[in-house]
Amino acid sequence: MRKFLRTVLELLAVLLLVSFGTFMLVSLLPNDPAVIILGEGHPPEAYEAKRQELGLNDPLFSRYADWLGSALQGDLGKSIVPPYSVVSDRIAAALPVSVQLAVMGMVLAMLIAVPLAMWSAYNEGGRIDRVVSAGTFAVLSVPSFLAGLLLIMVFVNYLGWFPRAEWSRLSEGLGKNLFHAALPAVTISLMEAATFTRILRNDLITTLQEDYILAAKAKGMSPVHVLISDALRPSSFSLITVMGIALGRLIGSTVIVEYLFALPGMGSLVIGAADTGDYTMVQGTVLVIAVIYVLINALVDLSYGFLDPRTRRA
Amino acid sequence: MTTTTTEPVELNPYEEDPLLVVDALHTEIMTPRGALKAVDGVTFSLRQGETLGVVGESGSGKSVMGRTVMGLYRSGGNMNVSGQVLLEGEDIQSMTARELRRVWGSKVGMVFQDPMTALNPVKKIGTHLTETLKEHSKLDGKAARNRAEELLNLVGIPEPRRRLDQFPHEMSGGMRQRVVIAIALANNPRLLIADEPTTALDVTVQKQILDLLQRLQAELGMAVILISHNLGVVAGRADRVGVMYAGRFAELAPAKQLFADPRHHYTRALLAAIPKLEQPPHVRLDAIEGAPPNMVNPPHGCRFAPRCRAAQEDCTHVPPRLVPTDQSNLMGHKRHWYACYHPVSHDTPGGE
Repeated sequence: MRKFLRTVLELLAVLLLVSFGTFMLVSLLPNDPAVIILGEGHPPEAYEAKRQELGLNDPLFSRYADWLGSALQGDLGKSIVPPYSVVSDRIAAALPVSVQLAVMGMVLAMLIAVPLAMWSAYNEGGRIDRVVSAGTFAVLSVPSFLAGLLLIMVFVNYLGWFPRAEWSRLSEGLGKNLFHAALPAVTISLMEAATFTRILRNDLITTLQEDYILAAKAKGMSPVHVLISDALRPSSFSLITVMGIALGRLIGSTVIVEYLFALPGMGSLVIGAADTGDYTMVQGTVLVIAVIYVLINALVDLSYGFLDPRTRRA
Repeated sequence: MTTTTTEPVELNPYEEDPLLVVDALHTEIMTPRGALKAVDGVTFSLRQGETLGVVGESGSGKSVMGRTVMGLYRSGGNMNVSGQVLLEGEDIQSMTARELRRVWGSKVGMVFQDPMTALNPVKKIGTHLTETLKEHSKLDGKAARNRAEELLNLVGIPEPRRRLDQFPHEMSGGMRQRVVIAIALANNPRLLIADEPTTALDVTVQKQILDLLQRLQAELGMAVILISHNLGVVAGRADRVGVMYAGRFAELAPAKQLFADPRHHYTRALLAAIPKLEQPPHVRLDAIEGAPPNMVNPPHGCRFAPRCRAAQEDCTHVPPRLVPTDQSNLMGHKRHWYACYHPVSHDTPGGE
């Protein structure tokens, strides 16, 4: 319980730092929001008035305090460019898309990687292992925009199984939603699966040398039992760590995949906002992504305790 | 294997209706430098309820022998095994993987050297025990748990019910080794292979664990192969002792005869190297010079000859085979075997 409290306090500190960093970075952007709103050729009085209205003349720190104060109440402000939408509304629309893609990609990647890594590690140095090793290396060397394009070429243009550039929300029916999410999720999962397979295979091979694996075999346990029940859990620490990082990364920056499939996710949102100099939007989006990232990594830390009982009383 | 009067007498592992027969066992491990002959022609038998102590230096092949007898090491990959291992008449080395799994943990149990690494750190003690009980004895969850508690009790672990829910790291080394023994005994095996079961433990705990093994063997009537680098561990606990050197038995004899009347110079040298209480202090121990041979290219002739004080010219040509002493047991079986051309005898001026 004390450990839990300490974790929460640490999290809060990290989040505070992250939000401050975000705010600072955005304020370093060369675009002047007042100019963006007013456009070129405005009178200097109007410019000065606009800056006053936006609070841009206040000291940086008090602006941060204001922004943080309203952000804590759930108010991330309004977009400064037309259609002047509420930032949190736009995020609420984009976040489910990104989360769904990231989670689906991750689940698919795990479904591919775990059996493949176990099979490969069990036959270390054998033909299967070599094929898997070469295959994952090949996939890793293909950038995701190319993999996405290839998938689109084969499944959309050539086979015509999937529509392109369409998205339907979960509210429009699960089947339809999954159908439209399938190709982007596969694109995302490919590279992650290759990474996961390599990491898990290597850790499994190390674990399989352990005495307790030999002991489990000497008890007459089947190879499947030995792999799943004895070897998998002690081998999954690097995998869980990398997964946490990957999940955070996927939620914030599946930009290329979202762009390829024209999906309205967080990546598209933040890139669009940065393009138009919409600083309130960038601040809000980056803050949400950062919070998610930090939370996921905190969960990863907590999962170590579940995976290894020896770290529980630390 | 038939013995005629014209041929020299050979060790026949099939007489006396044994539980385990090991016949001309060879285990080679392929290394980049060539085939390493870890076990190079081991023959012995083990009767029901009997304890065989196997003693040898590090690298003498005793652990590899134990694992080959169990079938954990078999031909394939970088291993090459020849010879026979018959457990209750069934050939271990020619079994399929599935058949072997039926034998492991049920007919044969194994106790490992280091209890710190032989238990899975993320599994509860109870799970270690119940999974083998479910696999072999086909017990359901509740029955398996009760039996697991019974087993912990049997190996002298206090508060067994509470211990079932503990993890290995919550127990001491001695307690963990008791758990390892309980796992090996879970399904009442006919044969227990204990590979250096006390080497990783401190001395007071060593005695407790050895006493426990001895008590359990008497209670459960299983045969035991007790592997150790320490003659003292085997003394008084084994019925017979095999002294292993460079992948072979240098001498195989009933324990009392081996200690009282060693025939092989290696055995004699090992016995002489044991420190004795009655020796005056600060006297050099009678250590054996040199190191065991490289088993990729073992020496011709007797493997011990390069280190043997009694070696003569003829020792370096043909390896000596096991030959019996004159004594027989009541059944007329030869029980004391040694592999030496110039054995220790009482009129030989040795280095005693």
